[in-house]
Amino acid sequence: MTDVLAPLLEPLSFEFLRIALAVTVTAGIVCGVLSCWLVLVGWSLMGDAVSHAVLPGVVLAYVVGAPFALGALVFGLLAVLLIGAVRDTSRVKEDAAIGVVFTTLFALGLVLLSVTPSQTDLNHILFGNLLGVSRADLVQVLALGAVTLAVVVLKRRDLTLYAFDPTHAHAIGLSPRRLGALLLGLLALTVVVALQAVGVVLVVALLITPGATAYLLTDRFSRMLWISPLVAAVCGVVGIYTSYFLDTASGGTVVVTLGVAFALAYLFSPRHGLIGSRLAAARRRRLVPA
Amino acid sequence: MSAGGRAPSGTPAIEVRDLTVHYGDVLALDAATVSVGRGTVCGLVGMNGSGKSTLFKAVMGMVRPDRGTVLVDGAPPAQARRAQAVGYVPQSEDVDWAFPLSVRDVVMTGRYGYQGFTRRTRPADRDAVAHALDRVELADLADRQIGALSGGQRKRAFVARGLAQGATILLLDEPFGGVDKRTEATITALLRELATDGATVLVSTHDLHALPELADEAVLLQQRVLLHSTPAEVLRPENLALAFGVEVAP
Repeated sequence: MTDVLAPLLEPLSFEFLRIALAVTVTAGIVCGVLSCWLVLVGWSLMGDAVSHAVLPGVVLAYVVGAPFALGALVFGLLAVLLIGAVRDTSRVKEDAAIGVVFTTLFALGLVLLSVTPSQTDLNHILFGNLLGVSRADLVQVLALGAVTLAVVVLKRRDLTLYAFDPTHAHAIGLSPRRLGALLLGLLALTVVVALQAVGVVLVVALLITPGATAYLLTDRFSRMLWISPLVAAVCGVVGIYTSYFLDTASGGTVVVTLGVAFALAYLFSPRHGLIGSRLAAARRRRLVPA
Repeated sequence: MSAGGRAPSGTPAIEVRDLTVHYGDVLALDAATVSVGRGTVCGLVGMNGSGKSTLFKAVMGMVRPDRGTVLVDGAPPAQARRAQAVGYVPQSEDVDWAFPLSVRDVVMTGRYGYQGFTRRTRPADRDAVAHALDRVELADLADRQIGALSGGQRKRAFVARGLAQGATILLLDEPFGGVDKRTEATITALLRELATDGATVLVSTHDLHALPELADEAVLLQQRVLLHSTPAEVLRPENLALAFGVEVAP
């Protein structure tokens, strides 16, 4: 028994790997939960936008020595406000507003990086540096993750109503505007939490893939809220182990693992899978006597 | 309906006075005046873009009028919303039918206005939802995903949400779009029943044939209110021609 487990336990003797696992599981859970709403509201592009737009914030935070989370959060919220402003005060449609704002902010981040002394590694910010997360970073991730998760769990029913029928939300005296703003704020916080795990470019994978996978597996939102973070956390752990043993990029491996999980659900989900639904139909046909 | 007597019984359920609404340069409603009494079914008839949806939005307080007033149960829309007076049944194409919620989940959202910060379900909410589902005869299908219902059942599910909400005023936007005749008759019968119990029902519809069965009165809309009378009067060809521009045989 111990012989089987030994290779799995071996990596845990390294502190950096224990931290990496903690960060990935935390990010996976928070992203996985929020992912359910993003997928249903149709905010995939918004997730992509906010995650890219935090880059200048991260760079500036490194330069002035502030917590990276603070810089990222400021620019995440700035991106959200700018997108809303451009959409509401010009004839430009939302997807174009998103495209203009996030690419500009991302590019600003690249410009800032190019004039920053090389202590900050572009690769680590863009693609994550799981194996180099400090204890202080871990504390930030855990604290922000806990706050985000608490708010999400408490307001989950309102957020779901907002996603399903904002007009009804308005009719019963709630404010869809405020609920939308809350969801965007939570999105910005979540991006910050996941940044360390997979980097700016791949955060969007954690924000979309777990929810999309769960959506293929169930017709109950309450179950999606369990399946999605579970998928994200498990894929995170599997991804980290794989990257440790194969010596591959950790963030990339986690995201590829998530993609594999999605593909499996896409093909084999009993009700909504490409092959799974046909197998189920064939089984039903066989049960019905000719 | 659960909560009666919120306003003096003499006040109309919906009172729109001299309402003008623009979207940018487009005139959506032009000095529209409509008063709908309690316990009546009122049909809204007009072309696409005649202002029917805008009138609904005005009753729910979702548009800012340039001029005029809207009173719901004798109070401004915001107050009526807080009192849970207004229930809304959306058009089919405005609903994401693949959304992973059960019929019961959807009807339960009618209770959110009575619940606390986290919208935790209480026994009274469960009872109200069960009662509403019984009323529209969907109790057996309560655990189905909302999209796994037929067209008529879907409409009834949203009416049940309004009942669970205790709404005294129901707004239905094109409830007969894409449903067959039998289903239409079922929905019509349900709305008539609710009106008999005191609910006020405002329905926009393209289906002129069904109007006399459905409605006590009808409003012919073309930015302005052209006519507010009995369905038979509104359906007279010369009157319909006012709103539709051509002679339409009812």
